[in-house]
Amino acid sequence: MIRLKDVEMEYENGTKAIKGISLTIQDGEFVFLVGPSGSGKSTIIKLLTGEEIPTAGRIMINGFSANNIADRQIPLMRRTLGVIFQDFRLIEKKTVYDNLAFAMRAVGTPVKEIRERIPYVLELVGLEKKADCYPTELSGGEQQRVAIARALVNDPNTIIADEPTGNLDPERSTELMDLLVKINHLGTTVVVVTHEKELVNHFEKRVITLEAGRIINDSVGGYVGGHIHEA
Amino acid sequence: MKHDFRYFFHEGISNMFSHGFMSFAAVSITVACLIIMGTFTLVAVNANELLRELEQENEIVAYVDENYTESEARALEAQLKAVPNVASAAYISRNEAMEAFKAQYPDDALFQTLDPQILRDRYVIKVRDLEQQSQTVRQVKEVTGVAEISAYEEIAGGFITVRNVATVICVALIAILFVVSVFIVSNTIKVTSFDRRVEIAIMRMVGATNSFIRWPFVYEGFLMGLLSAVIAFFMQWGLYAAVAEGVSSNDTLQLIKVVAFGEIWQPVAITFGAAGLLIGVGGSLSAIRKFLQV
Repeated sequence: MIRLKDVEMEYENGTKAIKGISLTIQDGEFVFLVGPSGSGKSTIIKLLTGEEIPTAGRIMINGFSANNIADRQIPLMRRTLGVIFQDFRLIEKKTVYDNLAFAMRAVGTPVKEIRERIPYVLELVGLEKKADCYPTELSGGEQQRVAIARALVNDPNTIIADEPTGNLDPERSTELMDLLVKINHLGTTVVVVTHEKELVNHFEKRVITLEAGRIINDSVGGYVGGHIHEA
Repeated sequence: MKHDFRYFFHEGISNMFSHGFMSFAAVSITVACLIIMGTFTLVAVNANELLRELEQENEIVAYVDENYTESEARALEAQLKAVPNVASAAYISRNEAMEAFKAQYPDDALFQTLDPQILRDRYVIKVRDLEQQSQTVRQVKEVTGVAEISAYEEIAGGFITVRNVATVICVALIAILFVVSVFIVSNTIKVTSFDRRVEIAIMRMVGATNSFIRWPFVYEGFLMGLLSAVIAFFMQWGLYAAVAEGVSSNDTLQLIKVVAFGEIWQPVAITFGAAGLLIGVGGSLSAIRKFLQV
């Protein structure tokens, strides 16, 4: 479960990116986090992944308190999350299989378990035949699927996708969102940060709308409209 | 988490080769720094050896009371040798001293007829530690039967000053070069780690610990340091042998005795190995530090 209570975030240059946000995301939920540039979406991602510490308020992420987490606990907290980026962030000189193995190796997974897990995850994202390809040999949609596979491979509790469809055409974007919904149905919490209205409106999911560092709408159903959902 | 030696070692090697040019640059710079440091050290070793030999030439002459008979004078030898810091005490009778004096001026008839009785029996004393010479001179003076002492304490002091200054200069130069080497290697590895910031970011994002991220860089630095040390050692050997050959074949310089490389290769190898590894590992750790924050 992710819980933010009266969270504020002010950067060293004085910019107040988050102004008293409270929200709760239950295990197994699918949530869109939407808003224009500068609304605070990226800051929320940084707060959730432990890259930033809030200046006020409390954050709980899958049982870890992000406010006063010890440095040695941060990797453990991150293992409960799978993060997907707009620019994929794949290692180009490694094959699809090795990109996934790299992520598993980084958390100390034994080789035997890596060999068993990767084919399963690749099948889940529909890339079982691309294991030996290099990222540059794949389309944008396929590369993002590899990124999803990598986020999933360590079996996280929550997937956080930061503008995952930003580099994809509308058809591939919908396919990718379908895949995230499928993953959500398997029990993983999914938080998707996006500013693509059409895509959000296509899925009947909870939408949290941010503007100027505040939640202006928290509702089920679409980018615009709906009642404000108190966290 | 268990230390996966095979994985880290494999990653270290693979990183080294996948950034071949930067690795080549780092190794070349480390080799150059090691050779410069090594050359200064070897010059210092040879200078020290030369000074040590010159120190050994430095003598104290203790003149025996002229009223002593030869047997009484000879009896002083044991007492003189018992003085701390005395390495040797060689007895020279007044007759032997006169013979040596005459031998210095074989063409001067005036000196050839001198009476040995105008000279004293004497002991030529060599000390172990030149720095304690003044104290030794005082103790020798206190031996009953020693009438006078002749010692060139200014020369002894000069040797000590030269050696101390040479040591300070060498240590300072080596320390500066060491810091410069660490800085250069650190920057070189920083460039390679900048190139791998995506990998590092991915590792951090999936929950890799800092030590897991750090170890491949440490192994890489270790391997580059070791490789640099081996290359530098053999190049230093070749350079030293060439200089030693040049010195011995030069009519003027052949008076300088160069210490054979065979006598000093072990400390040179150990020093190069240790310095190479410190530079490599230190450079890696310093380079990776900023990527591990947060």
